[in-house]
Amino acid sequence: MSHDHAEHDHADHDHAHHDHAHHDHAHHGSELSPVEARVRALESLLTEKGYVDPAALDALVELYETKVGPHLGARVVARAWLDPAFRSRLLTEATPAIAELGIGGRGGEHMVVVENTPEMHNLVVCTLCSCYPWPVLGLPPVWYKAPPYRARAVIDPRGVLAEFGVTLPETTRITVWDSTAETRYMVLPMRPAGTEGFSEEALAALVTRDCMIGTGLATALPVEPAEMPL
Amino acid sequence: MNGAQDLGGAHGFGPVVPEPDEPVFHAAWERRVFAMALAMGYTGAWNLDGSRAARESLPPAEYLASSYYAIWLKALEKQVAATGLATPAEMAAGRATEPAQPVARTLNRDGLEERFRAGFPSSRATDAPARFALGDAVLARNIHPTTHTRLPRYVRGKRGRIVRVDGTFVFPDTNAYQAGESPVWLYTVAFTAQDLWGESGDPGGTVTVAAFEPYLEPA
Repeated sequence: MSHDHAEHDHADHDHAHHDHAHHDHAHHGSELSPVEARVRALESLLTEKGYVDPAALDALVELYETKVGPHLGARVVARAWLDPAFRSRLLTEATPAIAELGIGGRGGEHMVVVENTPEMHNLVVCTLCSCYPWPVLGLPPVWYKAPPYRARAVIDPRGVLAEFGVTLPETTRITVWDSTAETRYMVLPMRPAGTEGFSEEALAALVTRDCMIGTGLATALPVEPAEMPL
Repeated sequence: MNGAQDLGGAHGFGPVVPEPDEPVFHAAWERRVFAMALAMGYTGAWNLDGSRAARESLPPAEYLASSYYAIWLKALEKQVAATGLATPAEMAAGRATEPAQPVARTLNRDGLEERFRAGFPSSRATDAPARFALGDAVLARNIHPTTHTRLPRYVRGKRGRIVRVDGTFVFPDTNAYQAGESPVWLYTVAFTAQDLWGESGDPGGTVTVAAFEPYLEPA
């Protein structure tokens, strides 16, 4: 990157003041956008100083992009639907219960699982930043981190749910859990009707990320039919 | 601080717009920012509370106009400079002109997955007795620190009820500034939607926050 770099010392200066300046350089095939150049410069510097190891950065990305995700939370939910003793442990002391499935880690050291019932629906938010139960759901989607959801989940939960296509009976009360400390919440959705006799794997395929945040409901239609275990 | 990050109850941001089949990252640079933020946090030069403080102290207009990982990037650069690990000029150039500073540890690929799957608990023991018990009525204090805090504005001055005694944890308000972990009791406090939002509150609705003991007083 040394060759590119010399060019960017000049480009960055302009770009700091004009975010659109990179369009002027579009004819340079190797041109980096201002933010790309800035991030590359920072990584080069932190690596040169020995603070970060690019191989470790690659491993972090791989872990959170390909290994940790909502399929893990779905396993927890499916187990709870099938095993009443597990469900009881999950609802009273979630972190060790989840660890029974080999699931846990950063951003989920202090888990709380809250159960949806016909009388009570739970919705999880972080109004102050983006706290989210990484070990069971992976990294949060953009909408979870963005102002509209963070602003409105606490003041207008039914309006937010409607935008996700979820309409609850008026008799169903809503509890919104604002993740303001290191406690991390996961919703245990209601098991859909018509799933009697389903295997744990088949049940897990019904559990979406959104129904573990509380912005969705589990239905008897699998999440991705192509991946439905036969 | 009463910054742009404290969004609960704000109007005017429009509808929630979920993205179908959303990828984990939307650009290659986001991956690097994400990983650098975690790896630099691991060095011990600062902690997670300090990172949150750095992000939320961006000027409000800039905070709201920046994408999520752009906020992380700006805060990371700010923390690197503030801790003396590198200068702004070095960051702009992408080359070191000053010697590296010692850090407590660095993150290596070996054992990384196990380390992150084990986690970094923030529970800490303390001899202090819990001031509140399950079911107690409490008042969220009407405080407005200009520094980092985790008590959102929308509950300040409101009456709630303790619904869970969570244990004892690092206190973010001091930890963010490397001023001590100062373990305190943490409680889950439930507020009725109508106590928070008046007539516009969802009937029968509840909002809970996790509140550190110094944020609360008996009601």
